[in-house]
Amino acid sequence: MTITTGIEKKAPVATGHGARVHLSRTAKYVLLVIFLVAVMMPVYVLVVTSLKPPADVNPATSWGLPVRWPWEPVAPGGPTGFDNWVIAWEALSGAIGRTFMLAIPAALISSFLGAMNGFVLSRWRFPRADWVFTFILFGMFIPYQAIMTPLVQMKTSLGLPSDISTLILVHIIYGLPICTLIFRNYYVGIPNELMEASRVDGAGMLRTFRSVVLPLSVPGFVVTIIWQFTSAWNDFLFALFLSNQRQGPVSLALNNLAQGAQLANYGAAMAGALLASLPTLVVYIVLGKYFIGGLMSGSVKS
Amino acid sequence: MRKGIKNWGPPLLLVSPTIIILGIFVYGLIAANISVSMSDRHSLKPAENFVGIDNYIALFTEDRFLHSLCNLGIFTLFFLVGTMVFGFLWAWMLDKGVTAEGIFRSVYLFPMAISFVASGVVWRWLLNSAEGDRASGLNRIFESMGLGFLQNPWWSDPTWGMAAIALPAIWQLSGYVMALFLSGFRGIPEELREAARMDGASEWKMYRHVIFPQLSPVALSALIIVGHMSLKVFDLIMAITKAIYQTEVPATYLWIALTSNDYAKSATIATILLLLVAILIIPYLIYTARAEKAHR
Repeated sequence: MTITTGIEKKAPVATGHGARVHLSRTAKYVLLVIFLVAVMMPVYVLVVTSLKPPADVNPATSWGLPVRWPWEPVAPGGPTGFDNWVIAWEALSGAIGRTFMLAIPAALISSFLGAMNGFVLSRWRFPRADWVFTFILFGMFIPYQAIMTPLVQMKTSLGLPSDISTLILVHIIYGLPICTLIFRNYYVGIPNELMEASRVDGAGMLRTFRSVVLPLSVPGFVVTIIWQFTSAWNDFLFALFLSNQRQGPVSLALNNLAQGAQLANYGAAMAGALLASLPTLVVYIVLGKYFIGGLMSGSVKS
Repeated sequence: MRKGIKNWGPPLLLVSPTIIILGIFVYGLIAANISVSMSDRHSLKPAENFVGIDNYIALFTEDRFLHSLCNLGIFTLFFLVGTMVFGFLWAWMLDKGVTAEGIFRSVYLFPMAISFVASGVVWRWLLNSAEGDRASGLNRIFESMGLGFLQNPWWSDPTWGMAAIALPAIWQLSGYVMALFLSGFRGIPEELREAARMDGASEWKMYRHVIFPQLSPVALSALIIVGHMSLKVFDLIMAITKAIYQTEVPATYLWIALTSNDYAKSATIATILLLLVAILIIPYLIYTARAEKAHR
């Protein structure tokens, strides 16, 4: 019961023979590296531009490295490259804090509920269990625009605040389908004997869940928590429709920084984009395998 | 019968909170949305009349909405083709064992971890429409590489602008399609390939008759997932161009309708989006449910 993403390399495969193979191998590596550079290119632009003071951001040198150290101003006393980061931090830090307050509880709660659902759906055969599963799953695929108009009206008529607390609720609710799916597929892999043993001991379903299943569920939780955390962090749609600039998450603040008052300040916008992406990037780099595990579960098949 | 209830009562009780919540927030709100779309609630005032499908007829005879559908079509076409081509190519190159495969894989996949809003910041710059001396972004690269003829106005182009908007989307999702294909490649038993080789099949024949048929379910998954993401595209367009006519798709049109309090119109656009996605997803869900049943 480990998380397998299905994309790891299997045993080494014997490769062909002769000079032709060598040539095509070289060509393949050249291509792979070209693609690597192309995919990394936007990151290069982000980093380089974020370190240039506004005066140095011009079309002619836009792809070049900064011409001065980020702490050196263009004119004495003028703005430096680091100032971009200061502007970005001041614009985003509050929102970044709020987004943690949003993404962490949303991820934890929907994961826990998803684990319960997944457990039930993977083990107990009740009438029309498959229908129940499809009923839940459909919620994963709907375009959220399809419920946005009445959701906005509902929020207004219930008097819910335009802040993080409403977004937590929304992310828990719409995270339920994917979390249920991930856990169901995960629990299908737990041997039946383990459950039977505990049932013979007279444990009820809840006891079995708590004492047998939950301790085995850590990898499943890592996947769903990462998935939910990332999607809550990166969400823009719900944030835009249900919260506002002052009380909303980082995606709104970043969009405001990039398109708002300081329109011409590309450096600060790019520093902001990097700051806002840092948490999810760190998660991806440190826990990549689990991140991919969540991605793959989106294709329904376990 | 009592035994039956004892067996399936508790599990049903455990999933019932989810069923109720999703019943309200997915199915209930979809129903509410459809009902708003059939009303004349075009302002903050409450709806007065049931108007049937009038709003739908109005939308489908409106040039602006057809323009947004057309934009969505161009975007989806380029997005799908781009991600499938790069995703397949990368997976195919990585499949047969490559030194440092993990590094290539991780780099190709990393854009998935970034939000469309953040990547929109840099792509807005890369897709800058200025040309010649004032060019920056990709146009500047073309200019300095002597490929000046490749310079183009990107998303400002009235006909093909949406294809330019698909570029960042392709950048972000190709790695995901690669991961899907890679898992497909690696799910093919080595014996199958071996058997084909023993039969003296050429490399191309082996692909044609062994590999491609084995990969087709994965390709279908990838098409469905990327396709349904494409129909919903919103964040990316808001981040790169904001909600303007030039790059309008149904989702951004909906935002404009909703913020101008035309609830009936936004609900109508939403229902159309839902139908578009449902046409794609429902057969797929049924197909997967059947496949799984057969598997058990």
